[in-house]
Amino acid sequence: MEGVSSSPSPPPMSLLAELTHRCPLQCPYCSNPLALEPKTGELSTEDWFRVLDEAAALGVLQVHFSGGEPMARKDLPDLVRRAVRNGLYTNLITSGVLMDAASLERLSAAGLDHVQLSFQDVDEDGAALIGGMKGAQAKKIEAARLVVADGMPLTLNFVVHRLNVERIPRMFDLAEALGARRVEIAHTQYYGWGLKNRAALLPTRAQLEQSERDVAVARERFGTRMAIDFVTPDYYADEPKPCMGGWGQRFVNITPVGRVLPCHAAETISGVVFPSVREAALGTIWNDSEIFRMFRGTDWMPEPCRSCDRKEIDWGGCRCQALALTGRAEAADPVCRRTAGRAVVDAALRESDKTFAYRSYGCERLSSADTSDGST
Amino acid sequence: MMADVTEARVPAFARGTRLQRDQVRDQWVIQAPERAFLADPVAAEVLQRVDGETSLGVMIDGLATAFEAPREVIARDVLAMVGDLADRQVLVWKA
Ligand code: SF4
Ligand code: SF4
Repeated sequence: MEGVSSSPSPPPMSLLAELTHRCPLQCPYCSNPLALEPKTGELSTEDWFRVLDEAAALGVLQVHFSGGEPMARKDLPDLVRRAVRNGLYTNLITSGVLMDAASLERLSAAGLDHVQLSFQDVDEDGAALIGGMKGAQAKKIEAARLVVADGMPLTLNFVVHRLNVERIPRMFDLAEALGARRVEIAHTQYYGWGLKNRAALLPTRAQLEQSERDVAVARERFGTRMAIDFVTPDYYADEPKPCMGGWGQRFVNITPVGRVLPCHAAETISGVVFPSVREAALGTIWNDSEIFRMFRGTDWMPEPCRSCDRKEIDWGGCRCQALALTGRAEAADPVCRRTAGRAVVDAALRESDKTFAYRSYGCERLSSADTSDGST
Repeated sequence: MMADVTEARVPAFARGTRLQRDQVRDQWVIQAPERAFLADPVAAEVLQRVDGETSLGVMIDGLATAFEAPREVIARDVLAMVGDLADRQVLVWKA
């Protein structure tokens, strides 16, 4: 393929292992693809063992067990144990709603290093509105209590959007009360489900500015006692967020059925074969497959990125956002004010629709909001 | 917090953090929640001596001997580095 980089690639640092798309919650900004994989197609325990062995040999240092809800897989403690045996740092990214004392004890005994627990809001009503599950909040609070009592480090993750962004100060209060060591406040990313629901979720500029002040106050208040990560919504920025360390440079993502992707949203790209761990070794896929080489480095870039001084800072921004908003994965991220594509982002900022489509297995629950995403 | 760091103190890795040899890249890394930091050779020498039982004073003695360097220079660097890592919750105090 023209423009494909031939430079050797550094090994990946981090593996996102999406064990399943099954999840009791239905968040309308879920990072899973719109077409969810059923349980029957999921990789087996043995497949994952091999993948974990190969990942460690390749140079991966940390594995993030994610989903869907990874605790829906009964073999999770076995997978953690296998990863630990390989020297991998193990992180569980969970909603917490399937956790109880016995299941956490099994994970702890297997050597799990860290838990990242997602919260949809600070109170039951807000959480149920987003997660679509009654009683979830109490289960999450109990999960946090169990993790902290075990002594494992805990990160609370809050995805913020128009409906909950004003409660950031109370999110920090909750994190402190629960004994979390880290907090992530992440503005919604607008791909997949988030893009479908963008009109209802995108905060106003005033809300964004308030969220920045709230986070600054919390940083001041907690100092080094609590690590705080803040992800801003890039629609309001002039330049895109960097693609995580560059495409195919640090991260590798494996889907429940074993497809290997440079990022969790890459399956939206058409006209390319997604390699599978069922057919090839992870190292071969990482080094040689078309999808990884496609946007690796800077050789693939068109203008204005090609001659831009930020090309090794943001790597031209997000390929998936470029595809979703401009129809071309190789275009500059349209958040960038140096591109003509910026007009679609500005148009989105003017939207004000409020209905949203819950993430679900079928399409039957999708409301009319999905006509406004500009992806036609 | 830095003021509390004396040679009598005993550091340990916090649960969920550790020093690890990265065989593929031939380097030492500090594994921590959601990130791995590169440990430079000096940090790696110091952190390999962190076992939750050895005091900073004993660690400094060992380093001064191993590197044939003035003890007070080593002591200053070690106390500063360990204090910084304790602030960042990589290390905790056993004593
Ligand atoms: S392409 Fe976009 S979604 Fe994928 S890793 Fe890069 S920034 Fe993230
Ligand atoms: S032109 Fe490309 S590289 Fe430059 S800031 Fe915009 S997206 Fe980034």
